[in-house]
Amino acid sequence: MSFTRRDTLLMAMGTAVAAAIPFKAFADVDADIEAFTGGAEMGNEGITLIAPEIAENGNTVPIEVDAPGAVSILVLATGNPTPAVVTFNFGPLSGAQMASTRIRLAGTQDVMAIAKMPDGSFVRASQEVKVTIGGCGG
Amino acid sequence: MNKSFFTIGALCAAVAVPFGFAVADESANLVIDGELEITVRAPAPDHLENLDEITSGWVYRATETQAMQADDFDNPGMIFVDNGREIWNTVEGENGESCASCHGSPEELAGVTAVYPQWNEEAGEVRTISMQVNNCRTEQMGAEEWDYDKTDLLNVTALLASVSRGMSVNVAIDGPAQSTWEQGRDLYYTRTGQLELSCANCHEDNFGNNIRADHLSQGQINGFPTYRLKNARLNGVQSRFRGCVRDTRAETYAVGSPEFVALELYVMSRGNGLDIEGPSVRN
Amino acid sequence: MAENVTPRIRVPRDATAGETITIKTLISHPMESGQRKDSDGNRIPRSIINRFTCDFNGENVIDVTFEPAISTNPFLEFQAVVPEAGTFTFTWYDDDGDVYTDTKDIAIS
Repeated sequence: MSFTRRDTLLMAMGTAVAAAIPFKAFADVDADIEAFTGGAEMGNEGITLIAPEIAENGNTVPIEVDAPGAVSILVLATGNPTPAVVTFNFGPLSGAQMASTRIRLAGTQDVMAIAKMPDGSFVRASQEVKVTIGGCGG
Repeated sequence: MNKSFFTIGALCAAVAVPFGFAVADESANLVIDGELEITVRAPAPDHLENLDEITSGWVYRATETQAMQADDFDNPGMIFVDNGREIWNTVEGENGESCASCHGSPEELAGVTAVYPQWNEEAGEVRTISMQVNNCRTEQMGAEEWDYDKTDLLNVTALLASVSRGMSVNVAIDGPAQSTWEQGRDLYYTRTGQLELSCANCHEDNFGNNIRADHLSQGQINGFPTYRLKNARLNGVQSRFRGCVRDTRAETYAVGSPEFVALELYVMSRGNGLDIEGPSVRN
Repeated sequence: MAENVTPRIRVPRDATAGETITIKTLISHPMESGQRKDSDGNRIPRSIINRFTCDFNGENVIDVTFEPAISTNPFLEFQAVVPEAGTFTFTWYDDDGDVYTDTKDIAIS
């Protein structure tokens, strides 16, 4: 099969664009994680993330995080233009290291919660939340 | 362009697709704050020939959304009811009065939202509750009219709805209101727009099914004004009508137009027997 | 400058000494994310509540950093220990410099 110059150019551009996008998204998330954990390994026990499997509407998605004994919990929306969502810092009168709130998700993506424990270790939980568009509800 | 293509296309889109909509429990019941029971399903009123049972839009929403309405704190619409209460007690206009000056507390108007829209003899027209509130402002308070479906009017109509929660929708469709009601009914069943859809095509023929990712309700309006997750604020009925008509790619009527007043009367009457739920929480 | 910013708080009226209670807070605020564009295509600048704190009799219960991905009318539910009778103080910090506060008393039963 022979390619025209136009074909070749378009294919090359397409590849370049396709390669560019995921790098940027992951880079932001990695930077946020790094800033919070200092690059430490993250375990996956002792933290719960509750989020709907399919969000009724991406503009208002209820979530809950719970990590008994944690110092703080960071929530990241890995597919949002800026991944950081909220950081809960638990004070001395915190009754339980849990919190609920409502967040905005730009599209289907993994929502991640990372807890910092008193001994300096980190644990994380992650869940995909599907965000749909369309239908006459808009 | 081929008319039937669009119709078939639209109907195909409305076929049930189990994957792709948020988990809804269509058999759940709504009890607010563990005390106030809201009737979300009822036998269809006599004038509704094509339905046996009517159901509130609440029934079709995801469980998380349903839960938000079951608690007056979790329901974000209630914060605007509080704002409405402040407005209610605020003196405005040339006569130096507030809503409270004549009406007392909002609770004294319990039951009013449930019978609106209704015929106003003096005015010789059917009025929606928004129109009536504005009329009170201009005629009784000497104050300026509020913009239809904008913040102040939405907050006050949400307040009025909230004190009628749990009361049955009961709008009159006969007597002087009849011709307006019939006009609304005709609008409801008329196909319009590029997609050649009538309200009935989705809300009577396909409730419970999906249109793309949206879980269709019966299009009842017992829950208005409604707090929509999509725009995180209160929305009025006629603004929603505009949105729906636009979604069929038709030229839409204006908020406050006689056509929408007629449609609101008709659609409200389709819910006679459901309870007032506003401010409700929807997608 | 955000208009009509109204806080709402739910705290039980009383608790036994040392009990853990649930607190819910809501504040009406647009939480302009900085991602939206106006009709001329210009970006609408970010303007959000960026921090929330809850203290009890001077000690901290929770200190929350909000980012633009928090929904309009930020809602928060969390737990607090009630060692004695006293006052909860809730503070929201706005990007534009405004600070909103509210308090709720709690008795020991």
